Amino acid sequence: MPFIPHTEDDIREMLDAIGVGEIEQLFDEIPADLKVESLAGVPPALGEMEIQRLMRERAALDEGQLNFIGAGAYEHHIPAAVWEITTRGEFYSAYTPYQAEASQGTLQLIYEYQSMMAALTGLDVSNASLYDGASAMAEAALMAVRANRGSKSARILVPTTVNPAYRRVARSIAGNQGLKFETVPYCPDSGVTLPAALAEWDDADVTALVIQQPNFFGGYEDVAALTDWAHARGALVIAVVNPVSLALLTPPGEWGESGADIACGEGQPLGVPLSSGGPYFGFLCCRQPLVRQMPGRIVGRTVDLDGRAGFTLTLQAREQHIRRSKATSNICTNQGLMVTAATIHMSLLGANGLARVAAACVRNTAELAGQLESLEGVQRVFSGPFFHESVLRLDCPVEPVLEALARRGILGGYDLSRDYPELGNALLVCATETRTASDIESYFQALSDVLRQSRVA
Amino acid sequence: MSNIPSDLKYTRSHEWLRHEDDGTITVGITDHAQDALGDLVFVETPEAGAEVKAGEACAVVESVKAASDVYSPVDGEVITGNEELATQPELLNNDPYGEGWIMRISPAAEAETSALLDAKAYEETLED
Repeated sequence: MPFIPHTEDDIREMLDAIGVGEIEQLFDEIPADLKVESLAGVPPALGEMEIQRLMRERAALDEGQLNFIGAGAYEHHIPAAVWEITTRGEFYSAYTPYQAEASQGTLQLIYEYQSMMAALTGLDVSNASLYDGASAMAEAALMAVRANRGSKSARILVPTTVNPAYRRVARSIAGNQGLKFETVPYCPDSGVTLPAALAEWDDADVTALVIQQPNFFGGYEDVAALTDWAHARGALVIAVVNPVSLALLTPPGEWGESGADIACGEGQPLGVPLSSGGPYFGFLCCRQPLVRQMPGRIVGRTVDLDGRAGFTLTLQAREQHIRRSKATSNICTNQGLMVTAATIHMSLLGANGLARVAAACVRNTAELAGQLESLEGVQRVFSGPFFHESVLRLDCPVEPVLEALARRGILGGYDLSRDYPELGNALLVCATETRTASDIESYFQALSDVLRQSRVA
Repeated sequence: MSNIPSDLKYTRSHEWLRHEDDGTITVGITDHAQDALGDLVFVETPEAGAEVKAGEACAVVESVKAASDVYSPVDGEVITGNEELATQPELLNNDPYGEGWIMRISPAAEAETSALLDAKAYEETLED
């Protein structure tokens, strides 16, 4: 396909045809005070040689650090084949081609991805991806409001144990569209959402309840009781889940009596390397009756006139190119390349491989938390089991400790004091399958030294 | 040539309505509309009790080609949507003025119907 931008003459001809002098005039309806004339803080352009050097220098800063941070993005082993295959020319496009059915390979890959995500979540349908876990939760909330026609309140209950970044993003995206996000407190002893905490809304019109499993603290919510509470009141249930954990935990489709209605989350743990905020990808799955309110694209398997199997975009009628401003969303395939990697990653690991990864994460984090809490001045904050993250409380401020650990080559965890000041000097730690016994020992020694020195000083 | 029964009223946005003996109004989309949309695959009817305003979108018809809003021709309250359409959207293609009806509305006391078209006027809009 030739990619030739319009020439000056082309543009002049088009403007003349519609009787407009300059392109700028097309944007006259935007008030002048809303227009940004220049971008502040953007440095001057660099040439390729200079930018390569800058990036190498920046990348070197990340080298050699042992990572114990989770909090929504996780370091997992990615088989070399994943990105070798993903970056082949046939796949190396971040977007569905506009003539989608001409690219049967891309469509088949998305179809396989959807099939695997539906199997992992225990739900009927999956879309072809969203931007990230946070925007997926916002889309799920908007979808719940469209789908739950028995509820008039647009009230979405969000426990404090849901990733704080997700809660902020959901408010940014959906808060101005009439959705009311209300916060459910957690139990200070167990770090999970007690069904009793929902009593305040027992008689209220609730559109949907969000449940994150495992929750942001790594703990396990009583998903069955919470799901049943919501369904008994006509509220939908939005599950926010880690796809790796689903290899071991009850899938959202089987929560409680009738299962969660929508499941969403961050797909990064499935073969996407850690990078400053992305590109990652969001996933979103739902039960069949809600499919027409699901944002994004769906690939279906069909047969052509001669009876040969083929793949096609399906249920497109509510997408933006047809429904314009009334589309269910402006979301399409979004993170096609990330989804390609995730699909290859999942197919290489298989169900058993993913379960072994999840089990290794659980073991390593249990070992890490167990060792660290044996140190003087370190204690676990919450009782109860946890998946691959745990909250520790230190007897001194967290930030200087993390800085001292970083100087020793250890990224020691996520400082919770900004999002959860009530927890005091709380630190969220994570050890995935990539952390060895000696890595954990290194962290133990380093933290022991840092805490001892802070006491001397 | 599409079928335009002379005993019904019409809107420019291709809804029809019939005044029933009990004072309620039955609403659907015209033969012309169903033909233009093609095979319908899904119809989203309004909830009973919903307040509707004339010209306001209150149902969605989705075909293999497009999803389109259906606008209420009058102010009023929805008595019921046609639940048969949930499982048999093709009723709307096969019998747009009969079994393919979309909703029944109890019109507001002051509901304005003078802007509605008769069959002849509606037929003229199709010729434009």
